[in-house]
Amino acid sequence: MTSLNTAVLIAVAAAVTVLLRFLPFMIFSGNRKVPDYVVYLGDVLPYAIMGMLIIYCLKDVTFTAAAGWLPALICVAVTAGLHVLKRNTLLSILGGTLLYMVLVQMVF
Amino acid sequence: MNKREIVKKAFIKSLPVMAAYEVLGAGFGILMSRNGYHPVWSFLSSLFIFAGSMQFVLADLLVSAAPVLTTAVMTVMINARHLFYGISMVNRYRDKGRYRPYLIFALTDETYSLLCDETDYPEEYKGLYCFLVSLFNQFYWVSGTVIGAAAGTLLSFDSSGIEFSMTALFVTVFTEQWLTSAGHRPALAGLLATALCLAVFGRSSFLIPAMILITILLSVPYVKRKRNGGGV
Repeated sequence: MTSLNTAVLIAVAAAVTVLLRFLPFMIFSGNRKVPDYVVYLGDVLPYAIMGMLIIYCLKDVTFTAAAGWLPALICVAVTAGLHVLKRNTLLSILGGTLLYMVLVQMVF
Repeated sequence: MNKREIVKKAFIKSLPVMAAYEVLGAGFGILMSRNGYHPVWSFLSSLFIFAGSMQFVLADLLVSAAPVLTTAVMTVMINARHLFYGISMVNRYRDKGRYRPYLIFALTDETYSLLCDETDYPEEYKGLYCFLVSLFNQFYWVSGTVIGAAAGTLLSFDSSGIEFSMTALFVTVFTEQWLTSAGHRPALAGLLATALCLAVFGRSSFLIPAMILITILLSVPYVKRKRNGGGV
């Protein structure tokens, strides 16, 4: 990928993010009421998107050999399990990631 | 409270975010360097995008040379939640004068979680206080990124598997949401609809169908409730 392509994709992500952050302040600057449907989507969308992102992360998993899916499965379970037990975001992320690195570098 | 005390209050308020942003920022920086990107790109991303989840996904989109449209739509879906943070901050950020543009730009998940409780604001210099909390947070994020990117470039350690940090981040947020929310339908809809679309459309073109399917699935209960005359 060229530098120009890299710059373009970063600029697109930045521009869209800025737009999303400013939009509510531009639309609802007066006393305009936020539509019920928008409020509803705001309540439920974050949960669904997080589920979508997990699947996105696992899209390159393959099932032809154990090394293609077992490390990811183990580490997703460990990350979630750690979080249920300790409720410490940083610990869950570090624990899951370090275990994954150990598994793909030394075990599988 | 004088301005000095405001700075202190804002710094103390931002401390819980410091550890998270330094570490996650470093993770992003290492990932970018590992993929062959100069630290300047990581720095610019953290300076101008300043949205953690999106930046991790962007690192992936960059490597796969994703089209502009895919990148734009992906950004909309991942960062759509910022629309809702904004909606709930419209009133709180109303009279913040010259600080307001930066406050809106820097409204990340973590900054929102620190500033959504207005009763915690100081009596005076509210704008300055919100500005400093936001600024400290971005400083942690950018410095973490630069440290990680430099480490990834200068030190030669076997970093294979570091990409799992993105998965671990999302699994952790998902688990936290699962534990704190009453209903699990939206979370399950997200998982299952995306898995279905991955199986049907393949891994290069499943995201946009998945986003459409998710929106439809989530809208069904809303439309039903409206039709039954109930509130939302």
